[in-house]
Amino acid sequence: MIVDQAPYSLRQALKTGLTVGIPVIFLLGLFVVPVVNILSRGLQVGGELDLSPVIDVIKSESLRKIIAFTFVQATISTLLTVIVGIPGAYVLYRYRFTGRGLVRALVTVPFVLPTMVVASAFLALGVKTSFGAILVAHIFFNYAVVVRTVGGLWAHLDHRTELAAQVLGASKIKTFVHITLPALRPAILAAGAICFLFTFTSFGIILILGGPSRATLETEIYRQTAQLLDFKTAAGLSVVQLIAVTGVLLITSRLITRQNIALGLVPADRTPRVRTRQQRLLLLSNLSFMALLLGLPMATLVIRSFSTPTGFGLAYYRALGTLRADSVLFVPPVEAIKNSIVIAVISAVIAVTVGGLAAHAIIRYGQALNTALTIPLGVSAVTVGFGFLITFDTAPFNFRSSWLLLPFAHALIAIPFVVRAITPILSSIDPRLREVAETLGANPLQVWREVDLPISARAYLVGAGFAIAISLGEFGATAFLARPDRPTLPVVIARLLSQPGELNFGAALAASSVLMVLVAGAIFAIERARVGSVGTF
Amino acid sequence: MDPVLSVQGVTVRFGDHLALNQADLSLAANETLAVLGPSGSGKSTLLRAIAGLEPLAAGRIESLGVDLASFPTHRRGLGLMFQDATLFPHRDVLGNVMFGLTMKGEKRGQSIGRAQAALELVGMEKFADRSVSDLSGGEAQRVALARALAPEPKLLMLDEPFGALDRPRREELNEELRSLCQRLPTAVLLVTHDHTEAFALGDRVMVLREGKVEQTATPTDLWRNPASPFVAEFLGWNVTHDAHGRVAAIRPDSITLTCELATDQERATVVARTFRKNHWRIRVETASRQILEVEIANSNSDRTLGAGGEGLAIGQSVGVVIDPGAAISFSELPLKP
Amino acid sequence: MKRLALLLAATLITSGTYAASYQKSSSAAEEKTITLVTHDSFSISKSTLKSFTQKTEIRVRLLLSGDAAVALNQTILTKDQPLGDALYGIDNTFLSRGLSANLFIPYRSPALSTVGEEFKTGEDYRVTPIDYSDVCINFDKNWFADRNLAVPQTWNDLIERKYKNLLVVENPATSSPGLAFVLATIKHFGDSQWRQYWKKLRKNGVQVTDGWESAYNGVFSAGAGNGDRPLVVSYASSPAAAVYYSDPQLDASPVGTMLDSCFRQTEYVGILRGTKHQAEAKKLVDFMLTRKFQEDIPLQMFVFPVRNDVELPPVFKNFAEVAPDPQAISSSRIEKNREKWIADWTETVLR
Repeated sequence: MIVDQAPYSLRQALKTGLTVGIPVIFLLGLFVVPVVNILSRGLQVGGELDLSPVIDVIKSESLRKIIAFTFVQATISTLLTVIVGIPGAYVLYRYRFTGRGLVRALVTVPFVLPTMVVASAFLALGVKTSFGAILVAHIFFNYAVVVRTVGGLWAHLDHRTELAAQVLGASKIKTFVHITLPALRPAILAAGAICFLFTFTSFGIILILGGPSRATLETEIYRQTAQLLDFKTAAGLSVVQLIAVTGVLLITSRLITRQNIALGLVPADRTPRVRTRQQRLLLLSNLSFMALLLGLPMATLVIRSFSTPTGFGLAYYRALGTLRADSVLFVPPVEAIKNSIVIAVISAVIAVTVGGLAAHAIIRYGQALNTALTIPLGVSAVTVGFGFLITFDTAPFNFRSSWLLLPFAHALIAIPFVVRAITPILSSIDPRLREVAETLGANPLQVWREVDLPISARAYLVGAGFAIAISLGEFGATAFLARPDRPTLPVVIARLLSQPGELNFGAALAASSVLMVLVAGAIFAIERARVGSVGTF
Repeated sequence: MDPVLSVQGVTVRFGDHLALNQADLSLAANETLAVLGPSGSGKSTLLRAIAGLEPLAAGRIESLGVDLASFPTHRRGLGLMFQDATLFPHRDVLGNVMFGLTMKGEKRGQSIGRAQAALELVGMEKFADRSVSDLSGGEAQRVALARALAPEPKLLMLDEPFGALDRPRREELNEELRSLCQRLPTAVLLVTHDHTEAFALGDRVMVLREGKVEQTATPTDLWRNPASPFVAEFLGWNVTHDAHGRVAAIRPDSITLTCELATDQERATVVARTFRKNHWRIRVETASRQILEVEIANSNSDRTLGAGGEGLAIGQSVGVVIDPGAAISFSELPLKP
Repeated sequence: MKRLALLLAATLITSGTYAASYQKSSSAAEEKTITLVTHDSFSISKSTLKSFTQKTEIRVRLLLSGDAAVALNQTILTKDQPLGDALYGIDNTFLSRGLSANLFIPYRSPALSTVGEEFKTGEDYRVTPIDYSDVCINFDKNWFADRNLAVPQTWNDLIERKYKNLLVVENPATSSPGLAFVLATIKHFGDSQWRQYWKKLRKNGVQVTDGWESAYNGVFSAGAGNGDRPLVVSYASSPAAAVYYSDPQLDASPVGTMLDSCFRQTEYVGILRGTKHQAEAKKLVDFMLTRKFQEDIPLQMFVFPVRNDVELPPVFKNFAEVAPDPQAISSSRIEKNREKWIADWTETVLR
């Protein structure tokens, strides 16, 4: 092993190369180069950079309106999601009650459901296309982001700080505002940033639930690229989108790092059981909210997947296996599930590997890499998808139509979540633990395996769970890739939805229900997994 | 035979700051060297440099005649122990102690035996199955010591090993450590800011100041002959500066205070006094505005002061007698008492 | 720890074998595999495709990418390094774009003789027509019957008071049938009048959705979502699909078609310039015009075959109608005016 013989500086260089280099190469190859390639189609005239499309976009009144609306809806959606998510995080991560794991898993399911399925559930519930419908749907999708991120930190906050404040005479509300909220700020900001990116680039929700007169940067970029083939306008819009997204990320990242207060973190196991009336009331009201906002649309889907013209039954599930069974594109449902799982697992392995390395690099070299890895979340899927097409078109990188592109594209989306899951735990590991291990004869790889991995295993697992869930439900990016006939569940659902006939629709609902169970199962399993017992944090 | 450790002209830089400046030391097998210095003097950096955890800007570190430059930390065969135990939270006590043996590739059965033996050395054999989060501070340090000793390193490095413990626990463990060091063939490099601890444990003591070695000597030599005002002051000597810029050091136990004031005696006023079991520590201010720390043994206090240390009141005038043999001048001109 | 390593190893092995199996299947007959780029709605039966491979020893690899517009635009974007050997699914609303991008090489299939003249483009055979469909207004038969209301028959019926708030259409900016329907009104009312007509439709409460799925599955009262509007822009074949995709099978279709409101979309296949498998691609084009393929089209894609001498399946014969006099606009005129028309429509209907 080279690492064994190399002098100190070279070993450091190798470590840096590995932890920084691989994520950077990944990002360059799968994001920067494709996006630059596709943008240059609109921003290049005779080999020269031409920024006039950007100026044209800013000059156009209708496009300015679209930009403004994009910001407004994303900001309001984010604020609302954070506001309703914080109490949700509290009850799901500060209280212990029977069935908590299941609720946590179920709450996460909406995050990865295909938009079209959810939108149809909302429409079926009588929600009319409107600005309000956009907001409600955005909360539905992003609730889990806030609950999981904020809850993850909250669970480890030392409750005694709050008690101390109360002993000093602070009311419960004052304690929350002055003690708890500042402590949670990094998590709230991080979750808010993610919510903002998702709602800023929201596509299906805007189209289906917003009604036809509402357009955002994302829908307009899609229209200009995929329908009108106007690369100039699309590039101008994409540049605006990139600047906005990068700006928001830089600001939040600064706000997060500025508050670099060491928090007294404790193991999460010490969360109290629900005892007082007040606690029960808080728990109940939050659970009811979740049931109404998240549970009802999902339940509607599931119930309708069983409601056939001849009564309650499995006809739609059977149809999944028989409908168009003679078509070359038909895959038995089991096969589609298998495709989905294989792709999800591969993308999770990629995301955890790259994200894990990146987490090490971020701890050492700062947040810039984290910001860079998050930017893809805020860039139009059609831009990245079309960028892939013209980037991976020559040997030996001609894999633009290979099914392997899918897990890589999914990993690109999942990596920011993996990084966010792993970094806090890694940075809480006393660096001297690694040094002690080294002096005891552990080489760098063994140090990672014996110290970093066991302590952060749960975080890795949580990251992998997120990656799997994201990949299972992903359709936005998938839709713009040239896909060989190896459909995942969301692709099957989209195909079923695109044809008339109640059997098609019913089978789509059945497939969606299967997808929900799959996602919930994956997350539930990960919530329950106990890898190692981490005494201290 | 080549020394177990030889450090020659080692320099470590943190940016512009020289954390370690041309440090030299040599350590034989079965020898204990205590590195003494205030915080920021580069003690820990020295340990980390030897362990290969800090890159050298200059200099050479050898073990048994072999240059360690091409040996990364994990192949240097060292034991290292920090102030707080830094035990692996995901392993139990035995698992912690076995770590180094496992890394060596030793068979499980064999390493269990050796780990248990190491635990016995530190009196922790009954704790093998415990989770490390259940241990008290002292117990955790014992386990950490056993963990460092288990792979039988040629060199054991201790960074303020018991600094985080309360005094009685610290003294107890120092005692045990001392007898352990004598029994084991291991060379020990100990870092501390406490000279009592350094004197108690070190065969030799090395004093560091701002990254530079000030002096290396046996405890008695060091105590008797500090090589610089810094060392003298750090050891608790009285360092005086007179009007001519002359610097001198006076050992606190070599000063006698008298109640009868002879005319040729220097006079002083008592400023503070502290009872220290076997002696009193008295702070006086001389007429020439020098502050002196004086130790007066309890046994002979009667003779010199009549009523003993207790008899001294704050603000009282006393005469000062200095034993010329216990005073050192760091200037060319001889010191006038 | 070990368990985690095992899991990782298992994953790598699975994905490895998965990749290997895929590699094997594609490399076994490498020189004889051609790639057909198409849209997500493409389908054909296994036996049909198999018969092609058996006869010609050419394997067909399908590459699906989005809707017809996305598939076309991706093909244009990659024309220097083509994604495949042929593109299927370009229709008359987009044909001109594909032709001016010089995507296709001319090929006059001998099988063209079986195709009606109305489908041929007269464009030096750079594309070959394969199927067509009529975008029309569908109506919910039961809804009108329950209310004893006559089903609207003509364009002008749709702006009558009694049909207020009954129609749902798709946004032409984001939906292909939506655009087709707007084109039908442009053809029928002419450049000067069509916006007037839409103004009246708007006054009569026309609802606009982003795409066909939301309109048909969400808003249409005879669609799966049991919506509240009995008139929807869909296809002349939708009534047949409504019967075919029902369980238990319906005797009559709940959906009817307003045959005066139709716009015809014809789908073409073209051989991509730069293909290294020209001969094989030509064989595929020929095959797509064979009776076997053409007969397979209706139940796979719910569109009509361009050959008029093939037997239609019963469900098509009984429930799908063909517009006697569909509207049509030349492809070049569509391409030239598309953006402006969409902008005008948006201005008229949505602002």
